[in-house]
This record gives sequence, structure tokens and C-alpha cells, in this order.
Amino acid sequence: MAAPDKPHGRVWHWLDARVGLAEVEKLAKKKQVPVHRHTVWYYFGGMTLFLFTVQVATGILLLFYYRPSAEEAYESVQFLMAEVEFGWLIRSIHAWSANLMIFTLFVHLFSVLLLKAYRQPREITWVSGIGLMALALGFGFTGYLLPWNELAFFATKVGTEITGAVPVAGSFLRRLLRGGDEVTGATLTRFYGIHVAVLPALTMGLLGLHLFLVQRHGMGVPPGVERRQAAPRTMPFVPNFLLRDLVGWLSALAILAALAAYFPTELGKKADPFAPAPIGIKPEWYFMFMFKALKYLPSDILGIEGEIVGVVGFGLGGLFLLLVPFLDRRAARGQPGRVFTWIGIGLILFIVVLTYLGYTEVATR
Amino acid sequence: MADQALAAEPTRRGFINWFLGTTAGAFLLAVLYPVARYLVPPPAGESASGTVTLPIKPDEVKPNSGQIFKFGNRPGILVRTPAGELRAFSAVCTHLNCTVQYRPDLSHIWCACHNGHFDLNGKNIAGPPPRPLEPLVVNTRGAQIVVAKGA
Ligand code: FES
Repeated sequence: MAAPDKPHGRVWHWLDARVGLAEVEKLAKKKQVPVHRHTVWYYFGGMTLFLFTVQVATGILLLFYYRPSAEEAYESVQFLMAEVEFGWLIRSIHAWSANLMIFTLFVHLFSVLLLKAYRQPREITWVSGIGLMALALGFGFTGYLLPWNELAFFATKVGTEITGAVPVAGSFLRRLLRGGDEVTGATLTRFYGIHVAVLPALTMGLLGLHLFLVQRHGMGVPPGVERRQAAPRTMPFVPNFLLRDLVGWLSALAILAALAAYFPTELGKKADPFAPAPIGIKPEWYFMFMFKALKYLPSDILGIEGEIVGVVGFGLGGLFLLLVPFLDRRAARGQPGRVFTWIGIGLILFIVVLTYLGYTEVATR
Repeated sequence: MADQALAAEPTRRGFINWFLGTTAGAFLLAVLYPVARYLVPPPAGESASGTVTLPIKPDEVKPNSGQIFKFGNRPGILVRTPAGELRAFSAVCTHLNCTVQYRPDLSHIWCACHNGHFDLNGKNIAGPPPRPLEPLVVNTRGAQIVVAKGA
């Protein structure tokens, strides 16, 4: 028997007999976090998870006032912002936290990519992670429309129109997404259902799998570090790493509160399907690079519409990303290889540069 | 040999497996098919008529200006050219569906979404739109403007 470091109370024993606390405790004590010069990157997964819980909590709160119809959605959000006490705060936190979460998700994804933490046996962890990324983008896209303001309306029109460029199934998908041929109140209720029921359910399943696998395999050590260190240094997850994690979460919360308080989310004008598109409409920042890339494509590439080429290109890009653990054979064997590192860096540069260009261009000419 | 003996004999187990498999498959189909059909929205029915009388009088549209009107369930744009002629187009941008507007400073039609430009014949002259705007037919009957789908 291991040395009992702390005598447990009666409540603990009562619970242990029923839910098995001792096993949880053993698991928690066993978990070790590798320590090396890349350890910082380990914090971003947990931070994303923290921001996700913020999203769930504030999302549920928003449901109490929100009304999902074209006639009432805008007004209900307006009411929430103006009349309900702290309504502006809850909504702003929901909106800002969504943005921060996508940001930490990108950081998490690219750190995993560059540190090659997708190597076996973590292929499924990577695949479920990419799935979660897709779900997060889906949350962003469907949530954007819900306040039913002008910007969101036209952004959704453009966004759903892009699905129309998918070969063969395009116009069917567009109709399925819009709940009809146009963006209307039917689209709003559809997005609402997807945003508050479908995506959360899928996320719960996939997130459970992802976290279980992370728990099972522990943190991945970059191949370079692995080769250099005979006996890797580690620190216990509980409490050393967890406490550091908490500091990260508190910082995220502080940033969130500051952003929400100083830059509360605006509502803008109510959507009017019979008004011209407003000047300078932009998608959410995390779609900007795709939006901008599509814009750069000429309207005709070798007889195929530019949009179609772009959409297919992004689809293939996503598929490639999904399959990285299976394509990177060298990393799987633990051999040094630069190709996928350069691909990762190229991807980051592509996103950063196009996002920058998207925000600095002049909307009118 | 043992395999052959197994394969040759249509056992009760084999039958039950086949039966259960088919039943499970049929059940799944019976559930999934209606759900899939349910998710596809029913057709909305084309907007009733191809002709719309606008709630605007002809002299309310100044030269070098344009405005949006409802053409069924889609927006249309009515333009009076600097020369004084009335023209109408579908206001749905041929690029990604945004609603276009008239830019008096450029004297042509413009889409704010991705900076698409159309001339006064609806022809796409700059930016990403791949096709001209769909033209509509304008008739003035006394103090009324009637817009119809082009032939
Ligand atoms: S939708 Fe009009 S230019 Fe893109």
C-alpha cells in the first residue's frame, strides 16, 4: 500500500464506496506533464476548454431572453442589451469568448501541428481535434446570424451562397442550409436549432472522445526533445500544472471581462432583405482569410468558375489537414523531417497575411 | 474443410444473423429516410406573378439615382440614368447574392460586398461578379411604374 499522504474523512469514504474516488485520485496522481522548452504550448488546449465552458454558461443565459424568429430576434436582443440587467455583459462575454476561443483553438491546433504531437498513437486525437475545430467554426457561423442584424444577414447570404459552389450537391446544400431558396426567417430558426442543439450535442461527443484520448495517452513530447532527452523531465499534473493552468484561465477571464466591458458587442441595424448590402461588410475574422482568398480568385479559371475552384481547394486543404498524421510517415517513425513543419508555417503565414490584407483593403473604389 | 462444412450448411444461426441484420438495416432506413426528407425544406412556390406595380411614382425617381423595390420575394433595383431613362434589374448580385445599390458618384450600380461594379445595362464591368444582372422590363403607365420579368 502506498504511503497515505492524507487521512480521508468520512464523507470521502462514503463517496469512495459509491463513485470510486480512490481510482480518480490514483489517476490524478499518476498524470505527469513533460517539461521542456515547448511546455508553454500545453496550456492552450485547457484554455480553449475553459472558454468553451464560458460559452455554454453564457449561451444558456442568453436563451432565457432570446426569441428565434425574424420578427422578434432583433428586438429580443435589443431588449436584452438595453433593459435586462447585465444583459449587455452576458451577450458581450458570449461574443468575445467565442472569438478568444477560436483564437486559442487555432493556437492549440498549430502548436500540435508544429510539435508533431499528432504522431502515433495520437492520430484519433488529432482527427477529433480537427472535428472540434470544424464544429467551432460552425458555432461561429450559425451564431453570427442569430441577432438578425444587417451585417449578419448579408454575411450569411454570402456564406451560404458559397456552399452553393460545392460541385454537384451545391444547390441542394444551400437550400438545406437556408431552409429555402433565400435567407429568411426559416434560415434563422434552422441556424438557431443547429447552434443550440445539434452542434452542442456533437461537440459533447467529440470533446469527450478528445479528452479521454488526451487522458489516455498523456501529453505528446516533440520528437526533437524526445531524441535529446534520455530521461525526460516531468512535473505532476496535480497540483503543479493544474495551478498554472488556473493562472492561464484567470488571465483569459480577465482579458474577457476587460474586452466585454470596454468594447461591448454592438447590435447594429435590423436586417432588411430589401435594403442594399451595407458598405464594408466583413465576415468574422476567422473566416476572413477564406473570404479574401476567394476574392482574389479570378471569376474564371480554365473554364471553371473561380468560386468553385476556391471552395474545392479549401475542402481539399481541410482534408489534407485531417490526414496529416497518416501522411507524415517520417514523424510517425520519430525521424526528423521538416516538410510538415514548413507546411504548418506556410499555413500560418497564409492565414495571417490574407487576414491582414482583408482588414486593410478599402471597401470602396 | 471445416469452413466448407460451415458454409454449406445454412444454419439456424446464419439465418438469424441475416434476419437480424436486415431488420436492423430496414429499421435504420425507416428512421433515417423520413428524417432526411424532413430536413429538406418544401419548395416555396415561385413568386406568384412576373409583374409588379411599384409603390413609387415615376417622377419620384430623380435622374442619376436608383432604389430597391420588392420583386416578389427578391429585391429589384430601379435606376434612372443620368440621361433620364428608367431601367430595372434584379438587385441580386451575380457574385454571391448580396443586394446591389446605385452609386450616384460613379453613375453605375455597385455591390458593397466584394466591390462588384455593373454598368447601366447591368453588365458586370469590374470586380468579382461573373455575369450581368438579370434585366427586368420597365413600363410607365401614367403615374405608375410596372416592372415585369424579361422575356
Ligand atoms: S456579392 Fe456582390 S460582389 Fe460579391
